[in-house]
Amino acid sequence: MNDFHADPMFPLLYSVRQRVRENDDTFTLELEPSAGEMLPAFQAGQFNMLYVYGVGEIPISVSGDPSKPYRLIHTTRAVGTVTRSMAELRENDRLGVRGPYGSHWPMESVTGSDLVLVGGGIGLAPLRPAIYHIMANREKFGRVVLLYGARTQEDMLYRRELEQWRSRFDLEVYVTVDRATGSWHGAVGVVTTMIPHAPFDPLDSVAFVCGPEVMMRFTVQALQRRGVTSDRIYLSMERNMKCGAGFCGHCQFGPFFICRDGPVMRFDRIQDFFGKWEV
Amino acid sequence: METLEAVIVEHPFFRGLREEYVALIAGCASNVRFAPSQYLFHEGEIANRFFLVRRGLVSLEIFVPGRGPASIQTVGEQEVIGWGWMVPPYRWRYTARALEITRAVAFDALCMRRICDADHDLGYELMLRFAGIISHRLQATRLQLMDIYSLSA
Repeated sequence: MNDFHADPMFPLLYSVRQRVRENDDTFTLELEPSAGEMLPAFQAGQFNMLYVYGVGEIPISVSGDPSKPYRLIHTTRAVGTVTRSMAELRENDRLGVRGPYGSHWPMESVTGSDLVLVGGGIGLAPLRPAIYHIMANREKFGRVVLLYGARTQEDMLYRRELEQWRSRFDLEVYVTVDRATGSWHGAVGVVTTMIPHAPFDPLDSVAFVCGPEVMMRFTVQALQRRGVTSDRIYLSMERNMKCGAGFCGHCQFGPFFICRDGPVMRFDRIQDFFGKWEV
Repeated sequence: METLEAVIVEHPFFRGLREEYVALIAGCASNVRFAPSQYLFHEGEIANRFFLVRRGLVSLEIFVPGRGPASIQTVGEQEVIGWGWMVPPYRWRYTARALEITRAVAFDALCMRRICDADHDLGYELMLRFAGIISHRLQATRLQLMDIYSLSA
């Protein structure tokens, strides 16, 4: 690490290697270092700050494979000024990246447990590095169940990979949509409706949950009704982050800063603040 | 061979139901099987049954003029289909169609209403269980209406 890199506010230059359109408003950027120097390896669940020069900087979870840190992969929706500019980037365009920041999915401490991964909409993106890690270390985990909900089949992320994961014998993938369109013949209903009957043992399972906060709120309730205790539920939280390093306070959540203490947080530590109008 | 009583008592919907009640409602039950695309019932018809799904997946659909059937929800293993039999005018509010081979236990509505009328404790027990299902489905429908995946934190 050089002097520049020691400064957490200093971005490194990365180039766009590929931009993949996932659906109408969501895209994936594949980045690689422009000048050879690269960020430290990330862990599943962490995020980077991506800076479109002259436009602005935003936090985006890393959605690539943690064992391949050279190539950074981020999936995001084009909903604001920065992400809309990002959606226009082409191959070899440059942007600044700093990170990785924040907490990560507790892959080491859940070794031996069954895992239930619950993703909603774009919430599958921060879960994907955990799935890569699980598949690379499959023998370390018990039963692994992925529950994914999307608005329609056209809105699903990583459709080809979902099909590949479904075809594995050691990963159970269940997908549901809010609205059945086109040739969809699978489950219809929100992702929470799959939890009561999903094939996992609630007493020996750890849940990773990522999606819009309202979806996570009802997912936690469904998991708790099933018997999963609060200390075995992890959420990936989202707030308006600016510095990404716990300096500015924009992402304060009760006594926590989401950028530093999150985004991945154990539910029993945040349940007093979770779902409150203002904290 | 597994008896209907054993199937009923193992289904989550009836788990914990008193033995004498299980024996009573088993008298209203029959095993049914539906092939893919086969209809369990149609919107507007008399709701003369309800189903405990044992295996398979069923699509609940509402017919939209000009568009055809729209799937509003799917119901799978360990779940229950139908509460139209409980409340007047005893009509199905949607159509149910099997998406894959579906095995279920069907309960005759007249028989069930008769034993519930005769024993209000059993009727109350059933009403509580159906109210739980209705409450969860209402909440799930509200979340669908909110389009929750499009919301940010």
